Amino acid sequence: MTSAPALTIAVPRGALMRDTLDRLDAIGLDTAEVRANDRKLLFRDVGVVTMRPSDVPTYVSAGAADIGIAGKDVLLEQREREVYELLDLGYGGCTMVVASVGGADPMAEALRRLGVVRIATKYPKIAARHFEETGRQAEIVEVKGSVELAPLTGLAEGIVDLTATGTTLAENGLVVREEIVRCTARLIANPVAHKLKATAIDALLERLRAAGA
Amino acid sequence: VTSHPIPSGTRDVLPDEMRELRAISATALRVFTDAGYGEVSTPALEYESTLARGDVSHGLPAYRLFDEQGDVLVLRSDMTVPIARLVATRFAHAEPPLRLCYLAHAYRGVRPQRGQSREFLQAGIELVGAPAPEGTAEALTVLCDVLDAVGLAGYRVGLGDVALFQALLDEADVAAPAREAILTALVARDLVSLEREVHELGLAEDLAGPLVRAPQLRGGPEVLGALEGHAHEAAEGLRRIHALLAPRVAARVIFDLGLVRNLDYYTGAVFQVYDPALGEAIGSGGRYDDLLGRFGRPLPAVGWALNVERLHIALAGEERGA
Repeated sequence: MTSAPALTIAVPRGALMRDTLDRLDAIGLDTAEVRANDRKLLFRDVGVVTMRPSDVPTYVSAGAADIGIAGKDVLLEQREREVYELLDLGYGGCTMVVASVGGADPMAEALRRLGVVRIATKYPKIAARHFEETGRQAEIVEVKGSVELAPLTGLAEGIVDLTATGTTLAENGLVVREEIVRCTARLIANPVAHKLKATAIDALLERLRAAGA
Repeated sequence: VTSHPIPSGTRDVLPDEMRELRAISATALRVFTDAGYGEVSTPALEYESTLARGDVSHGLPAYRLFDEQGDVLVLRSDMTVPIARLVATRFAHAEPPLRLCYLAHAYRGVRPQRGQSREFLQAGIELVGAPAPEGTAEALTVLCDVLDAVGLAGYRVGLGDVALFQALLDEADVAAPAREAILTALVARDLVSLEREVHELGLAEDLAGPLVRAPQLRGGPEVLGALEGHAHEAAEGLRRIHALLAPRVAARVIFDLGLVRNLDYYTGAVFQVYDPALGEAIGSGGRYDDLLGRFGRPLPAVGWALNVERLHIALAGEERGA
Protein backbone atom coordinates (compact mmCIF):
# COMPACT_ATOMS: atom_id res chain seq x y z
CA MET A 1 0.00 0.00 0.00
CA THR A 2 1.51 3.28 -1.08
CA SER A 3 -1.63 5.43 -1.06
CA ALA A 4 -2.10 7.87 1.82
CA PRO A 5 -4.21 6.51 4.70
CA ALA A 6 -7.87 7.54 4.61
CA LEU A 7 -7.81 8.77 8.21
CA THR A 8 -5.35 10.47 10.54
CA ILE A 9 -5.49 8.86 13.99
CA ALA A 10 -4.38 10.66 17.16
CA VAL A 11 -2.77 8.10 19.49
CA PRO A 12 -2.03 9.03 23.12
CA ARG A 13 1.45 8.34 24.46
CA GLY A 14 1.56 6.99 27.99
CA ALA A 15 -0.67 4.46 29.74
CA LEU A 16 -3.11 3.97 26.86
CA MET A 17 -0.50 3.69 24.10
CA ARG A 18 0.32 -0.02 24.15
CA ASP A 19 -3.32 -1.19 24.26
CA THR A 20 -4.21 1.33 21.57
CA LEU A 21 -1.46 0.10 19.23
CA ASP A 22 -2.42 -3.52 19.95
CA ARG A 23 -5.99 -2.73 18.98
CA LEU A 24 -4.90 -0.92 15.81
CA ASP A 25 -2.70 -3.91 14.90
CA ALA A 26 -5.68 -6.20 15.47
CA ILE A 27 -7.68 -4.35 12.82
CA GLY A 28 -4.88 -4.52 10.26
CA LEU A 29 -2.78 -1.38 10.72
CA ASP A 30 0.97 -1.96 10.96
CA THR A 31 2.14 0.04 13.97
CA ALA A 32 5.64 -1.51 14.19
CA GLU A 33 7.23 1.80 13.15
CA VAL A 34 5.31 3.66 15.86
CA ARG A 35 6.44 1.18 18.51
CA ALA A 36 10.06 1.38 17.36
CA ASN A 37 10.27 5.19 17.54
CA ASP A 38 10.14 6.88 20.91
CA ARG A 39 10.94 10.37 19.70
CA LYS A 40 9.19 10.53 16.33
CA LEU A 41 5.64 11.91 16.55
CA LEU A 42 4.21 11.83 13.05
CA PHE A 43 3.86 8.57 11.08
CA ARG A 44 2.35 9.55 7.74
CA ASP A 45 2.47 6.08 6.18
CA VAL A 46 0.11 4.57 8.76
CA GLY A 47 -1.80 7.80 9.40
CA VAL A 48 -0.82 7.94 13.07
CA VAL A 49 0.18 10.97 15.14
CA THR A 50 1.28 10.44 18.74
CA MET A 51 0.92 13.02 21.48
CA ARG A 52 0.41 13.75 25.15
CA PRO A 53 -2.97 12.17 26.13
CA SER A 54 -4.63 15.44 27.12
CA ASP A 55 -3.79 16.91 23.69
CA VAL A 56 -5.83 14.31 21.77
CA PRO A 57 -9.18 16.19 22.02
CA THR A 58 -7.42 19.39 20.95
CA TYR A 59 -6.07 17.86 17.74
CA VAL A 60 -9.31 16.02 16.96
CA SER A 61 -11.66 18.95 17.63
CA ALA A 62 -9.54 21.18 15.40
CA GLY A 63 -9.51 18.59 12.62
CA ALA A 64 -5.71 18.17 12.73
CA ALA A 65 -6.55 14.49 13.31
CA ASP A 66 -9.78 12.89 12.05
CA ILE A 67 -10.17 10.47 14.93
CA GLY A 68 -8.35 9.74 18.16
CA ILE A 69 -8.22 7.67 21.31
CA ALA A 70 -8.73 9.50 24.59
CA GLY A 71 -9.49 8.49 28.16
CA LYS A 72 -12.95 9.39 29.44
CA ASP A 73 -11.17 11.38 32.18
CA VAL A 74 -9.58 13.63 29.55
CA LEU A 75 -12.91 14.05 27.74
CA LEU A 76 -14.75 14.93 30.96
CA GLU A 77 -12.10 17.51 31.81
CA GLN A 78 -12.42 19.04 28.32
CA ARG A 79 -16.19 19.00 27.84
CA GLU A 80 -16.07 22.14 25.72
CA ARG A 81 -14.21 20.30 22.93
CA GLU A 82 -16.63 19.46 20.16
CA VAL A 83 -15.92 15.85 19.22
CA TYR A 84 -18.01 12.75 18.63
CA GLU A 85 -17.56 10.02 21.20
CA LEU A 86 -18.13 6.90 19.11
CA LEU A 87 -17.03 3.83 21.03
CA ASP A 88 -16.04 2.64 24.49
CA LEU A 89 -12.87 0.69 23.73
CA GLY A 90 -13.01 -0.99 27.12
CA TYR A 91 -9.31 -0.89 28.00
CA GLY A 92 -7.43 1.57 30.18
CA GLY A 93 -9.93 1.13 32.99
CA CYS A 94 -9.44 3.59 35.86
CA THR A 95 -11.61 5.29 38.44
CA MET A 96 -11.77 8.99 39.25
CA VAL A 97 -11.86 9.12 43.04
CA VAL A 98 -11.86 11.47 46.00
CA ALA A 99 -9.18 10.42 48.49
CA SER A 100 -7.79 11.74 51.75
CA VAL A 101 -5.45 10.67 54.57
CA GLY A 102 -6.60 7.50 56.37
CA GLY A 103 -8.30 7.61 59.76
CA ALA A 104 -10.77 10.37 60.63
CA ASP A 105 -11.56 12.10 57.33
CA PRO A 106 -9.91 15.58 57.32
CA MET A 107 -12.29 16.65 54.53
CA ALA A 108 -15.30 16.18 56.81
CA GLU A 109 -13.59 18.14 59.57
CA ALA A 110 -12.74 21.03 57.19
CA LEU A 111 -16.29 21.18 55.86
CA ARG A 112 -17.82 21.08 59.34
CA ARG A 113 -15.58 23.68 60.97
CA LEU A 114 -14.40 25.87 58.08
CA GLY A 115 -17.23 25.43 55.56
CA VAL A 116 -14.87 24.83 52.65
CA VAL A 117 -12.70 21.85 51.78
CA ARG A 118 -9.49 22.27 49.79
CA ILE A 119 -9.07 19.71 47.01
CA ALA A 120 -5.83 19.28 45.07
CA THR A 121 -6.19 17.82 41.57
CA LYS A 122 -4.97 17.66 38.01
CA TYR A 123 -8.65 17.61 36.99
CA PRO A 124 -10.02 20.97 38.25
CA LYS A 125 -13.23 20.87 36.20
CA ILE A 126 -14.20 17.30 37.15
CA ALA A 127 -13.41 18.04 40.80
CA ALA A 128 -15.33 21.35 40.88
CA ARG A 129 -18.32 19.73 39.20
CA HIS A 130 -18.35 16.76 41.58
CA PHE A 131 -18.31 18.92 44.71
CA GLU A 132 -20.86 21.31 43.19
CA GLU A 133 -23.18 18.41 42.38
CA THR A 134 -22.84 16.97 45.88
CA GLY A 135 -23.60 20.32 47.50
CA ARG A 136 -20.23 20.93 49.17
CA GLN A 137 -18.11 24.06 48.97
CA ALA A 138 -14.65 23.25 47.68
CA GLU A 139 -11.55 25.27 46.89
CA ILE A 140 -9.92 23.55 43.94
CA VAL A 141 -6.11 23.70 44.00
CA GLU A 142 -4.70 22.78 40.59
CA VAL A 143 -1.38 20.94 40.64
CA LYS A 144 0.57 19.54 37.69
CA GLY A 145 2.43 16.64 39.29
CA SER A 146 2.21 14.09 42.14
CA VAL A 147 -1.09 15.08 43.62
CA GLU A 148 -0.67 12.62 46.53
CA LEU A 149 1.77 15.07 48.08
CA ALA A 150 -0.86 17.74 48.66
CA PRO A 151 -2.80 16.19 51.61
CA LEU A 152 0.46 14.99 53.22
CA THR A 153 1.90 18.50 53.34
CA GLY A 154 -1.26 20.39 54.29
CA LEU A 155 -1.79 22.00 50.88
CA ALA A 156 -5.23 20.40 50.74
CA GLU A 157 -7.47 18.12 52.81
CA GLY A 158 -8.30 15.84 49.91
CA ILE A 159 -7.51 15.03 46.30
CA VAL A 160 -9.41 14.11 43.16
CA ASP A 161 -7.36 11.79 41.00
CA LEU A 162 -7.45 8.87 38.62
CA THR A 163 -6.48 5.51 40.05
CA ALA A 164 -6.15 2.11 38.41
CA THR A 165 -5.12 -0.15 41.28
CA GLY A 166 -5.01 2.20 44.26
CA THR A 167 -1.36 1.27 44.94
CA THR A 168 0.06 4.79 44.76
CA LEU A 169 -2.71 6.08 47.01
CA ALA A 170 -2.10 3.33 49.58
CA GLU A 171 1.69 3.84 49.52
CA ASN A 172 1.08 7.46 50.52
CA GLY A 173 -1.36 6.58 53.29
CA LEU A 174 -4.40 7.81 51.35
CA VAL A 175 -7.75 6.05 51.24
CA VAL A 176 -10.51 6.32 48.65
CA ARG A 177 -13.52 8.17 50.09
CA GLU A 178 -15.74 8.44 47.01
CA GLU A 179 -15.80 7.09 43.46
CA ILE A 180 -16.77 9.79 40.97
CA VAL A 181 -16.75 8.01 37.63
CA ARG A 182 -15.30 4.94 35.94
CA CYS A 183 -13.09 5.91 32.96
CA THR A 184 -12.03 3.84 29.94
CA ALA A 185 -10.48 4.63 26.56
CA ARG A 186 -12.87 6.10 23.99
CA LEU A 187 -12.75 6.49 20.23
CA ILE A 188 -13.48 10.10 19.31
CA ALA A 189 -13.99 11.79 15.95
CA ASN A 190 -13.89 15.29 14.54
CA PRO A 191 -17.48 16.45 13.77
CA VAL A 192 -16.68 17.44 10.19
CA ALA A 193 -14.65 14.30 9.44
CA HIS A 194 -17.56 12.29 10.91
CA LYS A 195 -19.71 13.61 8.02
CA LEU A 196 -17.19 13.95 5.18
CA LYS A 197 -15.27 10.71 5.86
CA ALA A 198 -18.26 8.70 7.05
CA THR A 199 -17.42 5.53 5.11
CA ALA A 200 -13.83 5.32 6.38
CA ILE A 201 -14.85 6.13 9.97
CA ASP A 202 -17.71 3.62 9.99
CA ALA A 203 -15.46 0.90 8.56
CA LEU A 204 -12.84 1.54 11.25
CA LEU A 205 -15.53 1.68 13.94
CA GLU A 206 -16.94 -1.70 12.89
CA ARG A 207 -13.50 -3.31 12.89
CA LEU A 208 -12.67 -1.86 16.31
CA ARG A 209 -16.03 -3.02 17.65
CA ALA A 210 -15.38 -6.53 16.32
CA ALA A 211 -11.79 -6.58 17.64
CA GLY A 212 -12.96 -5.53 21.10
CA ALA A 213 -15.85 -7.98 21.36
CA VAL B 1 5.42 48.11 21.57
CA THR B 2 3.12 49.24 24.38
CA SER B 3 0.43 46.75 25.30
CA HIS B 4 -3.14 47.97 24.83
CA PRO B 5 -5.16 44.78 24.89
CA ILE B 6 -8.55 44.24 23.24
CA PRO B 7 -11.23 42.01 24.83
CA SER B 8 -10.67 38.24 24.74
CA GLY B 9 -12.16 36.67 21.63
CA THR B 10 -12.14 39.86 19.56
CA ARG B 11 -9.57 40.95 17.01
CA ASP B 12 -8.49 43.67 14.65
CA VAL B 13 -8.59 43.10 10.90
CA LEU B 14 -5.85 44.63 8.78
CA PRO B 15 -6.02 45.60 5.08
CA ASP B 16 -4.86 42.35 3.41
CA GLU B 17 -7.35 40.22 5.28
CA MET B 18 -10.04 42.89 5.14
CA ARG B 19 -9.80 43.02 1.35
CA GLU B 20 -10.41 39.26 1.14
CA LEU B 21 -13.24 39.30 3.70
CA ARG B 22 -14.85 42.19 1.83
CA ALA B 23 -14.65 40.27 -1.44
CA ILE B 24 -16.46 37.31 0.13
CA SER B 25 -19.11 39.59 1.62
CA ALA B 26 -19.63 41.44 -1.66
CA THR B 27 -20.07 38.16 -3.54
CA ALA B 28 -22.58 36.91 -0.98
CA LEU B 29 -24.58 40.14 -1.15
CA ARG B 30 -24.63 40.00 -4.95
CA VAL B 31 -26.01 36.44 -4.88
CA PHE B 32 -28.59 37.45 -2.26
CA THR B 33 -29.71 40.42 -4.38
CA ASP B 34 -29.90 38.33 -7.55
CA ALA B 35 -32.12 35.84 -5.68
CA GLY B 36 -34.48 38.63 -4.64
CA TYR B 37 -33.36 39.10 -1.03
CA GLY B 38 -33.33 42.62 0.45
CA GLU B 39 -30.59 43.57 2.89
CA VAL B 40 -31.62 44.70 6.38
CA SER B 41 -29.75 45.98 9.40
CA THR B 42 -30.84 45.77 13.03
CA PRO B 43 -29.28 47.14 16.22
CA ALA B 44 -26.41 45.13 17.70
CA LEU B 45 -28.12 45.65 21.06
CA GLU B 46 -31.59 44.25 21.76
CA TYR B 47 -33.66 44.07 24.92
CA GLU B 48 -32.97 40.82 26.73
CA SER B 49 -36.72 40.16 26.78
CA THR B 50 -36.74 40.21 22.96
CA LEU B 51 -33.98 37.63 22.61
CA ALA B 52 -35.58 35.54 25.37
CA ARG B 53 -38.55 34.97 23.04
CA GLY B 54 -36.14 33.04 20.85
CA ASP B 55 -35.51 30.77 23.82
CA VAL B 56 -31.83 30.87 22.99
CA SER B 57 -30.32 28.34 25.37
CA HIS B 58 -26.82 26.92 25.65
CA GLY B 59 -25.26 29.86 27.43
CA LEU B 60 -26.12 32.37 24.70
CA PRO B 61 -26.12 35.33 24.64
CA ALA B 62 -23.10 36.35 26.66
CA TYR B 63 -22.83 40.13 26.75
CA ARG B 64 -25.31 42.09 28.83
CA LEU B 65 -25.50 45.68 30.02
CA PHE B 66 -28.00 48.11 31.50
CA ASP B 67 -29.33 51.22 29.81
CA GLU B 68 -30.22 54.44 31.65
CA GLN B 69 -33.72 53.06 32.43
CA GLY B 70 -32.25 49.99 34.10
CA ASP B 71 -33.45 47.73 31.26
CA VAL B 72 -31.19 44.80 30.41
CA LEU B 73 -29.65 45.00 26.95
CA VAL B 74 -27.95 42.12 25.19
CA LEU B 75 -25.55 41.97 22.26
CA ARG B 76 -27.38 39.79 19.71
CA SER B 77 -26.16 36.19 19.56
CA ASP B 78 -27.48 35.72 16.03
CA MET B 79 -29.61 37.59 13.48
CA THR B 80 -32.55 35.20 13.32
CA VAL B 81 -34.34 36.41 16.45
CA PRO B 82 -33.82 40.15 15.66
CA ILE B 83 -35.16 39.58 12.14
CA ALA B 84 -38.18 37.71 13.54
CA ARG B 85 -38.83 40.80 15.65
CA LEU B 86 -38.28 43.06 12.64
CA VAL B 87 -40.70 41.11 10.46
CA ALA B 88 -43.42 41.07 13.13
CA THR B 89 -43.15 44.84 13.70
CA ARG B 90 -42.02 46.48 10.43
CA PHE B 91 -43.73 44.04 8.08
CA ALA B 92 -46.78 43.28 10.24
CA HIS B 93 -49.11 43.36 7.22
CA ALA B 94 -46.76 42.68 4.31
CA GLU B 95 -47.76 39.90 1.97
CA PRO B 96 -45.49 36.87 2.46
CA PRO B 97 -43.11 35.52 1.45
CA LEU B 98 -40.49 37.99 2.66
CA ARG B 99 -36.91 37.57 1.49
CA LEU B 100 -34.40 39.29 3.77
CA CYS B 101 -30.63 39.07 3.97
CA TYR B 102 -27.92 40.53 6.18
CA LEU B 103 -24.23 40.97 6.70
CA ALA B 104 -23.81 41.59 10.40
CA HIS B 105 -21.75 40.88 13.47
CA ALA B 106 -23.11 38.68 16.26
CA TYR B 107 -21.67 37.97 19.69
CA ARG B 108 -21.29 34.78 21.70
CA GLY B 109 -19.25 33.86 24.76
CA VAL B 110 -17.32 31.09 23.06
CA ARG B 111 -13.88 29.90 24.08
CA PRO B 112 -11.65 31.91 21.76
CA GLN B 113 -9.61 29.95 19.21
CA ARG B 114 -9.19 30.00 15.43
CA GLY B 115 -12.60 30.42 13.80
CA GLN B 116 -14.21 30.88 17.24
CA SER B 117 -14.48 34.61 17.82
CA ARG B 118 -16.75 36.22 20.35
CA GLU B 119 -17.57 38.85 17.75
CA PHE B 120 -18.11 37.23 14.38
CA LEU B 121 -19.38 38.32 10.97
CA GLN B 122 -22.35 36.45 9.55
CA ALA B 123 -23.74 36.52 6.02
CA GLY B 124 -27.18 35.00 5.86
CA ILE B 125 -30.77 34.96 4.68
CA GLU B 126 -34.18 34.57 6.28
CA LEU B 127 -37.05 33.41 4.07
CA VAL B 128 -40.28 34.19 5.93
CA GLY B 129 -43.71 32.88 4.93
CA ALA B 130 -42.41 30.10 2.68
CA PRO B 131 -43.32 26.72 4.20
CA ALA B 132 -41.50 23.41 3.80
CA PRO B 133 -40.51 21.85 1.56
CA GLU B 134 -40.35 24.60 -1.11
CA GLY B 135 -38.96 27.27 1.24
CA THR B 136 -36.32 24.92 2.58
CA ALA B 137 -35.27 23.92 -0.93
CA GLU B 138 -34.97 27.60 -1.93
CA ALA B 139 -32.84 28.38 1.14
CA LEU B 140 -30.52 25.44 0.38
CA THR B 141 -30.24 26.54 -3.25
CA VAL B 142 -29.24 30.10 -2.34
CA LEU B 143 -26.74 28.65 0.16
CA CYS B 144 -25.05 26.57 -2.56
CA ASP B 145 -25.19 29.56 -4.96
CA VAL B 146 -23.21 31.66 -2.47
CA LEU B 147 -20.64 28.95 -1.75
CA ASP B 148 -20.20 28.27 -5.49
CA ALA B 149 -19.88 32.00 -6.21
CA VAL B 150 -17.13 32.54 -3.62
CA GLY B 151 -15.30 29.54 -5.06
CA LEU B 152 -15.40 27.03 -2.21
CA ALA B 153 -14.82 23.70 -3.94
CA GLY B 154 -15.16 20.84 -1.47
CA TYR B 155 -18.11 21.90 0.66
CA ARG B 156 -21.05 19.67 1.63
CA VAL B 157 -24.30 20.52 3.38
CA GLY B 158 -25.40 18.18 6.18
CA LEU B 159 -29.20 18.03 6.21
CA GLY B 160 -31.23 16.63 9.09
CA ASP B 161 -34.56 17.17 10.80
CA VAL B 162 -34.93 17.94 14.51
CA ALA B 163 -38.34 16.20 14.49
CA LEU B 164 -36.82 12.91 13.39
CA PHE B 165 -35.09 11.78 16.55
CA GLN B 166 -38.07 13.07 18.57
CA ALA B 167 -40.29 10.77 16.48
CA LEU B 168 -38.07 7.81 17.35
CA LEU B 169 -38.33 8.70 21.04
CA ASP B 170 -42.12 9.02 20.69
CA GLU B 171 -42.36 5.64 19.01
CA ALA B 172 -40.40 4.05 21.85
CA ASP B 173 -42.53 5.94 24.40
CA VAL B 174 -39.45 7.40 26.10
CA ALA B 175 -40.49 9.92 28.77
CA ALA B 176 -38.51 12.26 31.06
CA PRO B 177 -35.98 11.99 32.62
CA ALA B 178 -34.54 9.36 30.24
CA ARG B 179 -35.65 11.43 27.25
CA GLU B 180 -33.63 14.46 28.40
CA ALA B 181 -30.63 12.28 29.19
CA ILE B 182 -30.69 10.78 25.69
CA LEU B 183 -31.13 14.16 23.99
CA THR B 184 -28.34 15.66 26.11
CA ALA B 185 -26.01 12.85 25.01
CA LEU B 186 -27.03 13.38 21.38
CA VAL B 187 -26.38 17.14 21.51
CA ALA B 188 -23.02 16.48 23.21
CA ARG B 189 -22.22 13.97 20.41
CA ASP B 190 -21.59 11.37 23.14
CA LEU B 191 -22.86 8.26 21.36
CA VAL B 192 -21.40 5.96 24.05
CA SER B 193 -23.61 7.50 26.73
CA LEU B 194 -26.55 7.62 24.34
CA GLU B 195 -26.30 3.89 23.72
CA ARG B 196 -26.03 3.23 27.46
CA GLU B 197 -29.07 5.35 28.28
CA VAL B 198 -31.09 3.57 25.60
CA HIS B 199 -30.05 0.11 26.79
CA GLU B 200 -30.98 0.98 30.38
CA LEU B 201 -34.56 1.47 29.21
CA GLY B 202 -34.74 -2.24 28.34
CA LEU B 203 -36.61 -1.58 25.10
CA ALA B 204 -37.29 -4.20 22.45
CA GLU B 205 -34.63 -4.24 19.74
CA ASP B 206 -36.96 -2.83 17.06
CA LEU B 207 -37.36 0.32 19.21
CA ALA B 208 -33.89 0.57 20.77
CA GLY B 209 -31.98 -0.21 17.54
CA PRO B 210 -33.12 2.87 15.60
CA LEU B 211 -32.38 5.17 18.57
CA VAL B 212 -28.81 3.89 18.73
CA ARG B 213 -28.24 3.77 14.98
CA ALA B 214 -29.90 7.00 13.81
CA PRO B 215 -27.11 9.34 15.03
CA GLN B 216 -24.66 7.33 12.94
CA LEU B 217 -26.82 7.39 9.78
CA ARG B 218 -25.37 9.90 7.35
CA GLY B 219 -24.79 9.80 3.61
CA GLY B 220 -26.77 9.91 0.38
CA PRO B 221 -30.57 9.62 0.00
CA GLU B 222 -30.27 5.87 0.70
CA VAL B 223 -30.04 6.58 4.46
CA LEU B 224 -33.64 7.84 4.32
CA GLY B 225 -34.68 4.43 3.03
CA ALA B 226 -33.12 2.73 6.07
CA LEU B 227 -35.89 4.00 8.33
CA GLU B 228 -39.12 2.35 9.43
CA GLY B 229 -42.32 3.27 11.23
CA HIS B 230 -42.60 6.76 12.73
CA ALA B 231 -39.07 7.63 11.68
CA HIS B 232 -39.92 6.77 8.07
CA GLU B 233 -42.87 9.18 8.28
CA ALA B 234 -40.73 11.80 10.03
CA ALA B 235 -38.21 11.56 7.20
CA GLU B 236 -40.91 12.32 4.63
CA GLY B 237 -40.04 16.02 4.95
CA LEU B 238 -36.42 15.33 4.00
CA ARG B 239 -37.51 13.19 1.05
CA ARG B 240 -39.74 16.01 -0.20
CA ILE B 241 -36.90 18.54 0.06
CA HIS B 242 -34.61 16.16 -1.78
CA ALA B 243 -37.16 15.78 -4.59
CA LEU B 244 -37.17 19.56 -5.13
CA LEU B 245 -33.41 20.10 -5.26
CA ALA B 246 -31.61 20.68 -8.54
CA PRO B 247 -28.98 17.97 -9.15
CA ARG B 248 -26.09 20.39 -8.48
CA VAL B 249 -27.57 21.20 -5.04
CA ALA B 250 -28.62 17.61 -4.26
CA ALA B 251 -25.06 16.50 -5.01
CA ARG B 252 -23.83 18.70 -2.14
CA VAL B 253 -26.27 17.33 0.43
CA ILE B 254 -25.37 14.71 3.04
CA PHE B 255 -28.43 13.44 4.87
CA ASP B 256 -27.55 13.38 8.53
CA LEU B 257 -30.16 11.82 10.79
CA GLY B 258 -28.24 12.59 13.97
CA LEU B 259 -27.99 16.31 13.23
CA VAL B 260 -29.46 18.32 16.07
CA ARG B 261 -28.87 21.95 16.89
CA ASN B 262 -28.64 23.44 20.33
CA LEU B 263 -30.75 26.46 19.38
CA ASP B 264 -34.24 25.83 20.67
CA TYR B 265 -36.18 27.64 17.96
CA TYR B 266 -35.58 25.09 15.20
CA THR B 267 -38.64 23.04 14.31
CA GLY B 268 -37.90 20.95 11.21
CA ALA B 269 -35.09 20.70 8.70
CA VAL B 270 -31.71 21.82 10.00
CA PHE B 271 -28.47 22.07 8.11
CA GLN B 272 -24.77 22.63 8.60
CA VAL B 273 -22.06 23.47 6.07
CA TYR B 274 -18.83 21.46 6.11
CA ASP B 275 -15.61 21.73 4.17
CA PRO B 276 -12.66 19.33 4.31
CA ALA B 277 -10.34 22.31 4.84
CA LEU B 278 -11.86 23.19 8.24
CA GLY B 279 -12.52 21.05 11.32
CA GLU B 280 -15.74 22.81 12.25
CA ALA B 281 -18.95 23.88 10.51
CA ILE B 282 -18.71 27.00 8.31
CA GLY B 283 -22.38 27.85 8.60
CA SER B 284 -25.72 26.52 9.69
CA GLY B 285 -29.43 27.07 9.55
CA GLY B 286 -32.83 25.49 9.55
CA ARG B 287 -36.60 25.91 9.77
CA TYR B 288 -38.10 27.86 12.65
CA ASP B 289 -41.83 27.67 12.00
CA ASP B 290 -42.87 28.73 15.55
CA LEU B 291 -40.54 31.67 16.18
CA LEU B 292 -42.47 34.38 14.28
CA GLY B 293 -45.62 33.39 16.16
CA ARG B 294 -43.88 34.25 19.45
CA PHE B 295 -43.64 37.83 18.12
CA GLY B 296 -47.30 37.85 17.03
CA ARG B 297 -46.97 37.13 13.34
CA PRO B 298 -47.25 33.35 12.92
CA LEU B 299 -45.47 32.53 9.69
CA PRO B 300 -43.32 29.54 8.75
CA ALA B 301 -39.72 30.51 8.11
CA VAL B 302 -36.30 29.16 7.23
CA GLY B 303 -32.87 30.75 7.27
CA TRP B 304 -29.17 30.21 7.52
CA ALA B 305 -25.97 32.08 8.26
CA LEU B 306 -22.44 31.58 7.01
CA ASN B 307 -19.58 32.54 9.31
CA VAL B 308 -17.58 34.78 6.95
CA GLU B 309 -14.34 34.39 8.92
CA ARG B 310 -14.52 30.58 8.85
CA LEU B 311 -15.49 30.63 5.19
CA HIS B 312 -12.37 32.69 4.56
CA ILE B 313 -10.20 30.21 6.52
CA ALA B 314 -11.67 27.32 4.51
CA LEU B 315 -11.05 29.12 1.20
CA ALA B 316 -7.45 29.79 2.22
CA GLY B 317 -7.10 26.15 3.31
CA GLU B 318 -8.41 24.88 -0.02
CA GLU B 319 -5.97 27.16 -1.87
CA ARG B 320 -3.07 25.78 0.16
CA GLY B 321 -4.19 22.18 -0.36
CA ALA B 322 -4.87 22.56 -4.09
